[in-house]
Amino acid sequence: MSPSPSGAQLTLHEGSPSMPSLQTASASRFGRLVDVVLPKIVVAPTMVASLVCFYGFVLWTAWLSLTESRILPKYEIVGLVQYQELFSNERWWAAMKNLGVFGGLFIFFSLAVGLLLAVFLDQKIRREGALRTIYLYPMALSFIVTGTAWKWMLNPGLGLEKLMHDFGFSDFTFDWIVNPDMAIYTVVIAGVWQSSGFVMALFLAGLRGIDDAIIKAAQVDGANLPTIYRRIVIPSLRPVFFSAFMILAHIAIKSFDLVMALTNAGPGLATDLPSIFMYQHGFNRGQLGLGAASAMIMLATAAAIVVPFLYSELRSQRRG
Amino acid sequence: MSDVVLRGIRKAYGEIQTIHGVDLDIRDGEFIVFVGPSGCGKSTLLRMIAGLEDITQGEMLIGGERVNDTPPAKRGVAMVFQSYALYPHMSVYDNMAFGLKLAGVGQNETRTAVERAAKILQIEHLLDRKPKALSGGQRQRVAIGRAIVRKPNVFLFDEPLSNLDAALRVQMRIEITKLHRELATTMIYVTHDQVEAMTLADRIVVLQAGKVEQVGAPLELYHHPANLFVAGFIGSPKMNFVDARISAVEQRGITVQLSDGSSVTAAVESAGASVGAKVTLGIRPEHFCFDTEDATNRISGCVMAVEQLGEATYLYLEVQGAADMLVVRADAAHPARRGETVQLRLPAERCYLFNETGLAYQRRAAVELSK
Amino acid sequence: MADLAYHQTPAARIGRFGIYAVLALFALYYLAPLYVMVVTSLKSLEEVRNGNLLALPAAPSLEAWSTAWSSACTGVECSGIQGYFWNSIKMLVPAVALSTLIGAVNGYVLAMWRFKGSDLFFTLLMIGCFLPFQVVILPMAQMLGFLGLENGTARLVLVHTIYGLAFTTMFFRNFYVTIPDELVKAARIDGAGFLRIFFRIMLPISLPTIAVCVIWQTTQIWNDFLFGVVFSAGETQPMTVALNNLVNTSTGVKHYNVEMAAAIIAALPTLCVYAFGGKYFIRGLTAGAVKG
Repeated sequence: MSPSPSGAQLTLHEGSPSMPSLQTASASRFGRLVDVVLPKIVVAPTMVASLVCFYGFVLWTAWLSLTESRILPKYEIVGLVQYQELFSNERWWAAMKNLGVFGGLFIFFSLAVGLLLAVFLDQKIRREGALRTIYLYPMALSFIVTGTAWKWMLNPGLGLEKLMHDFGFSDFTFDWIVNPDMAIYTVVIAGVWQSSGFVMALFLAGLRGIDDAIIKAAQVDGANLPTIYRRIVIPSLRPVFFSAFMILAHIAIKSFDLVMALTNAGPGLATDLPSIFMYQHGFNRGQLGLGAASAMIMLATAAAIVVPFLYSELRSQRRG
Repeated sequence: MSDVVLRGIRKAYGEIQTIHGVDLDIRDGEFIVFVGPSGCGKSTLLRMIAGLEDITQGEMLIGGERVNDTPPAKRGVAMVFQSYALYPHMSVYDNMAFGLKLAGVGQNETRTAVERAAKILQIEHLLDRKPKALSGGQRQRVAIGRAIVRKPNVFLFDEPLSNLDAALRVQMRIEITKLHRELATTMIYVTHDQVEAMTLADRIVVLQAGKVEQVGAPLELYHHPANLFVAGFIGSPKMNFVDARISAVEQRGITVQLSDGSSVTAAVESAGASVGAKVTLGIRPEHFCFDTEDATNRISGCVMAVEQLGEATYLYLEVQGAADMLVVRADAAHPARRGETVQLRLPAERCYLFNETGLAYQRRAAVELSK
Repeated sequence: MADLAYHQTPAARIGRFGIYAVLALFALYYLAPLYVMVVTSLKSLEEVRNGNLLALPAAPSLEAWSTAWSSACTGVECSGIQGYFWNSIKMLVPAVALSTLIGAVNGYVLAMWRFKGSDLFFTLLMIGCFLPFQVVILPMAQMLGFLGLENGTARLVLVHTIYGLAFTTMFFRNFYVTIPDELVKAARIDGAGFLRIFFRIMLPISLPTIAVCVIWQTTQIWNDFLFGVVFSAGETQPMTVALNNLVNTSTGVKHYNVEMAAAIIAALPTLCVYAFGGKYFIRGLTAGAVKG
């Protein structure tokens, strides 16, 4: 607005347009009231829905778990009968043990594969974009599709095993999917296939977020590449490890569809999981109370993992 | 055009009060600057004038009408924000026209108003651009243009230059002054930068902790600060303060004794002064004298550091018994070296004196208080 | 992190080769199932039985695809998966639209119009992201019964909208907190109110977040199985449930080629979303990961 051309002088209140004059107090007070009340009105449905459908329903499930509900819900509280039954149920413990095996291996391999791929991809790789796309696409699929695909691949008669026989390895056997002792590991293979690319994306984002100057400083200090990664880069990915772990644990606990499609909890009940136990007792076998009790234990398991994370997250938010 | 009147304005967030009763009369066409350290409530006060914050207590009048419950758009004000707050998805033209469109102003009139403002600010060639394609200075102009288009009775500026680099800041400062001259509209301007306040304002309002410390013309604040806070806030480098005790109250002023034993007379009114009272002596870095013919009002100090800025040299002196080092502005060619002891004279008419509660004794000399 | 210098010593060259080899091997691991699905779906059942997993089809045919689409048996019914595919679409579109729009308004309020308790509300909503859904499905089934909502698609729209809100709200809230609230103040001075600011200013500037949110919700809802199997029955079941029925309950001869064709059809919508909106898909995943 330096040397203002004469003639462009603003004559403020001559002629139009001008802002509308001050309104009467009552009308404007109404306008202000709308802006105060409206925000609360528009979030109210979500607030009610989340209070009822998250927290209310958890309490409701807790209540059901304390009753003798079978096909129909009953609401007289009888105490911890369902939990006693649950804890003396062998199938439940087998399912929990499966969850432990599956969850542990699934988390470990997803983290390991994800980190390996992320570190390798971060080495100025040609065609990095294409590789990333390939690694990550399973995450866009339904676990049902994943299960269907791997079920076919692992089919002992026609799948991988036959392929190897065709190649001339006639002694090759790979029958894990029908072997009760090994079937749970096929769930791990399919699960890692689906989720490790996602972990790779998380780690890669973390790696790209590391300050270049730190690496440069370490190089000046004479550290070689593996040392830089071992001592500086990977330790600084701690928060990423943490959140990746949380998400994988969460996926593992609620894991349901993958097993339904891949093994249908079989052979026998060899790949049964708490989520399937819950579904079958709650919806198919008319054991509402027992299903509710198992759901509560699942919630407790998730909480035991998530609460410490959430606590530290909220604390750092408050500090920030 | 409007005057703005604040009567006992208070602001509280729950239990916590942030504005403690502000009374202010802003005249029509005046350029008023609110200045103070961060958290002093200056921005809150401006937002209350804009209608963006509720008034907890008190009365606000714009152009003689009570506006406590009037929504922002109906107050006849326009505001320029620190972050410019341009709508990123709209072109410069649409940014400037948005308010008029909402007010139901016709297309032709809107176009005329926008083009006129653009001409004043010389941003006509930018009208079709999006904000992200503009430089910081250009964005600032658009933000000012958006305000002009509204033809407000009162312009509000919330630290509008803080995001610009130093050179651009000086340029925009001059242009805002010119804009004020051309529009002759009431402008209220918030800044934490006392240089901006001194250069722009007809009157400055110094705020601290939600209270008005002093209202006055820039040089009035410089020469007659009402209290220690204002004295320390206005002027750069800031005024030196030395603890002292009154040793004599005379016609020509008050004489105080410093802790190193030296005596200094300040040419101030003696009302309320009594011998033996604790006071604070103030003197600005630029007001020390190095002449030696007069033997009174002298102190000596050891040079701890020398900063040569080219146009001047600053000496940092340690004076026996004083808590802080004295900052002294000397000629660029001053020969002082670190470790030397220098003699300084404090001209009586240049000294400030504050009582134990921090209030200033009225200075007698109205030197160079010309406006 | 990208600027690590490589000295082209022989050892470094071998290491470099090793890195590429590992990356390529994993690319095969990820691509193999997709490849196998596609070639199997193009073979005749005869060829599936006699040939091997990796062999290209001798006479590629879309017969398995048309069988899967219109005449494969999913349980008792034998009219293919087409009906279920459309069920999923009918459930997907309103559920995604509703949860995105409501999430946007919520995020706008939680970021720009905070009120007493709004932060607590957001925290409660975020904790909701961590709930295993098994703990709410029993009461939800009861409540849907009380409400008298019989139509499976309508039930799923409701359920997906409610349980999607935590994420959609988070996406928008976390985007809007990065917008200076001076933008809202400027709009208020320009005379815009709560709704006008939302529709004229906030929504237009959140197109990338809308993309992230829509893609996230689309993949979540399309791929869901648990809600589908619990809250819908028979004719109104979504695609995933139908696919599972087709694969797991068919008696007699297993038509692997048809199963693979059906699986690809079930995967196609989300694969397309991934292909065209991959950038936003990844952004959604990582944003979800930071908080949930």
